Amino acid sequence: MADKEQIIRISGVNPLKCMKCGKCTATCPNYDEMEYHPHQFVYMVEHGEIDKLMASESVYKCLTCFACVERCPRGVEPAKLIEAIRTEAVRRQGCNRLKADDIPARIDDDMPGQALMMATRKYTR
Amino acid sequence: MNRIGVFVCHCGTNIAATVDVHRVAETLGKEPSVVIAKDYQYMCSEAGQNMIKDAIREYGLTGLVVCSCSPRMHEATFRKAAASAGLNPYLVEIANIREQDSWIHKDIEEATEKAVILGRTAIAKVQLNTPLTAGESPVTKRALVIGGGIAGIQTALDIAEAGFEVDIVEKQPTIGGKMAQIDKTFPTLDCAACILTPKMVDCAQNDKITIYSYSEVAAVSGFVGNFSVKIKRKARFVDETKCTGCGLCTEKCPQKKVPNEFNLGLDNRRAIYIPFAQAVPKVATIDPDYCNMLKNGKCGVCAKVCGAQAIDYKAQDTYVEQQYGAIVVATGFNPINIDAYDEYAYSQSQNVVTSLELERLMNAAGPNGGTLLRPSDKKHPKTIVFVQCVGSRCDDSRGKGYCSKICCMYTAKHAMLIREKYPDTNVYVFYIDVRTPGKNFDEFYRRAVEQYNVHYVKGQVGKVVPKSDGNLIVYGSDLIEGKRLVIDADMVVLAAAIEPDKSARSIATMLTASMDTNDFFTEAHPKLRPVESPTAGIFLSGVCQGPKDIPETVAQATACAGKVIGLLVKDKLTCNPCVAHSDELMCNGCSSCEKVCPYGAITYEEKGFRQPDRTTKMRRVAIVNEAVCQGCGACTVACPSGAMDLKGFANKQIMAEVDAICL
Amino acid sequence: MSVNNEFRPKIVAFCCNWCSYAGADLAGTNRLQYPADVKIIRVPCSCRVNPMFILRAFQRGADGVILCGCHPGDCHYTSGNYFARRRMTLLFSMLDYLGIEKERTRVEWVSAAEGAKFAATMNDFVDTVTKLGPNRRLEDLRCKN
Repeated sequence: MADKEQIIRISGVNPLKCMKCGKCTATCPNYDEMEYHPHQFVYMVEHGEIDKLMASESVYKCLTCFACVERCPRGVEPAKLIEAIRTEAVRRQGCNRLKADDIPARIDDDMPGQALMMATRKYTR
Repeated sequence: MNRIGVFVCHCGTNIAATVDVHRVAETLGKEPSVVIAKDYQYMCSEAGQNMIKDAIREYGLTGLVVCSCSPRMHEATFRKAAASAGLNPYLVEIANIREQDSWIHKDIEEATEKAVILGRTAIAKVQLNTPLTAGESPVTKRALVIGGGIAGIQTALDIAEAGFEVDIVEKQPTIGGKMAQIDKTFPTLDCAACILTPKMVDCAQNDKITIYSYSEVAAVSGFVGNFSVKIKRKARFVDETKCTGCGLCTEKCPQKKVPNEFNLGLDNRRAIYIPFAQAVPKVATIDPDYCNMLKNGKCGVCAKVCGAQAIDYKAQDTYVEQQYGAIVVATGFNPINIDAYDEYAYSQSQNVVTSLELERLMNAAGPNGGTLLRPSDKKHPKTIVFVQCVGSRCDDSRGKGYCSKICCMYTAKHAMLIREKYPDTNVYVFYIDVRTPGKNFDEFYRRAVEQYNVHYVKGQVGKVVPKSDGNLIVYGSDLIEGKRLVIDADMVVLAAAIEPDKSARSIATMLTASMDTNDFFTEAHPKLRPVESPTAGIFLSGVCQGPKDIPETVAQATACAGKVIGLLVKDKLTCNPCVAHSDELMCNGCSSCEKVCPYGAITYEEKGFRQPDRTTKMRRVAIVNEAVCQGCGACTVACPSGAMDLKGFANKQIMAEVDAICL
Repeated sequence: MSVNNEFRPKIVAFCCNWCSYAGADLAGTNRLQYPADVKIIRVPCSCRVNPMFILRAFQRGADGVILCGCHPGDCHYTSGNYFARRRMTLLFSMLDYLGIEKERTRVEWVSAAEGAKFAATMNDFVDTVTKLGPNRRLEDLRCKN
């Protein structure tokens, strides 16, 4: 059972600050890829539906570009929340999501180097 | 021997729930010189006041302590009650056991203990109180209104109506303010100019009203009833008394490339200009930053064409000094600078405009003569996206934490007007909440949705990307449908937050009127004294106090005028008797006190003193002018000999309070 | 004071009538908690506070003294808080020399609209003084009844 308080503590985000304007979602560059969008992360954490989020691929689809953090008028920082859920998921699995050997097969030629670095941070502990 | 009465108020349960009021009364009753100590449910009620009055008469009290709410709330009430029973009102002290005790503590034991200490402190002070008599000061029967927008205009008209002289100081060349720039007004859709300009003309024609346009307040001194204000009349380079407002100079001026601030820079004006056709006073003004004659002495066209010979290139700033009994602040607002919101591309595309710019674009006297054309290529926009709350309800450094209050309604108005005039236009409004409390306001908004088919989308715009053809790609989220909208828009209109005018801060400093963290003026009481500043004699009108729409502004302006009239009809004001007083026998005339006095209330006098050897010796001593002294007490600390003291807050009294607290 | 004899400081707060006292009232109106150790003395202006009052407080066994006034430039009496600031800067450094730590004395600007700041300031000040422990340096036992 994922603990809402745990996620809030890891992320340092207060989901109650959200005024539900949806600017984070409107600004998300990876919108189409994501099952749950940034505002839903905030809303669902507020309502304790962490397990659903943790099971979703959206956690790994987030680019961690911080556009939602940058533009949120209330300073809620949805990306930090997503990061926290990801951390919790990786911890729970007890190991990294990907093995280093898996990575070459997944590399896309168009992928910028920075994204690769980001991915390393995201998928490993 | 003092005979002191102590009364402890329950304030319903406000105090009694956290403070054991019986125990407080009982404990304080045992203090020396306390002859009666009682508690009662509501001391401020008539029954409570009568209880005090009876006790004063019955016990012949020489001092009264009321343990109740803040003295800022009911000190005057209890002083009045004491006076009516024959006790000097300044022999009353309040122990604040509500705001500073029961409301901030939860533990009953702790709160009760504190209440006893606060009560004991007040008793210690009241032992040393002396009876004081308030003096009187005259009232100058003239008011000053700072700001000539709709708030200032309405306040001035109402004060003049009551027969008092009013001066309006406006920093722009004309009065009218923001309302003059607005096209239509919600919720009735009547034209702003049609209802505002008659009021502007009334101001000009009213012989009780003097308009100082293109002027600023330079300095303020004095106090309620007796303010002295220095007004800077900026050089206009046109003689106001001669100019007929024919406008010939504004047509002939060769300097054509001056951004027109009245149209928010959407078109150009000349270097000599009249802001708009119905300006009051209708007098030309030369802009010294652009005038060729003033900058390099080459031109002089306006002087040549002026039949009235009103042009004076050598004009200088002049100053007017005037006395006032009351000052009204009506400094108004401006939309915030939204350049920091680069996701909305305001500074990248001409087709992203603020709502006030849209007002000018739609106004018949605006740059396009009332036809809505987008700025970049003068085409009719087919898809317009409105974004609400740009900078409002924002807790970061880019915006404001408050709701600007007027945006929901003016956006509904814009959307409706556009759909009415150009039914082929698609209008989207992205909103977080639609806030329409006000008479006929929600009906108005529903009309925009139901009758005019404006697309209201619950969500916010995340990003606006300008394209090379001038169009804009708007990325927004529709939270209700849970999808993202990507709209190819011709124009984007941003409802920018409003903020108090930048000049308000310096005016507040001059007036010593307090402001909140957003630079809105603070009212004396948020509910019960909404049009007065805590500084006596300073009144607040319009948006300078908080965001307001036009009906609310006018209502507040009239309320403000009512308060001003209430002050000006008085011939005399009761002064604060808690003023400084110098003990002649101790004063050595060193002048330390005079240097720190902000009011110049201290003068010196050579006075003869009888010596023990029966000769008379002349000595310089300080004299305090009690009508001018405001009782700050700066002099009392500066005085090296301890001769200067403050009535009501004497050194001994405060020492006694310190002792009682530290007991 | 307290049953389990934990140290509770005695704090004297001088508040000017126009800004800080009103700020303290606002803290009350908003039910913002701060310790009961703080007792407020109302003065017309921060410049009314004579250094003697502060010395007296320490003599009488106060553990901390805080002076609150209007923000610079916002003084009801135009310039009073500037005088207060100068006087207190001098006094506090002198007190520090005498062994009253600088943390026991403080000047803070609290406007009538800053109830939250008032409560936060008092919480922080009480916390600081509690950590320092009781003031014995200037305490004059002859002043004690």
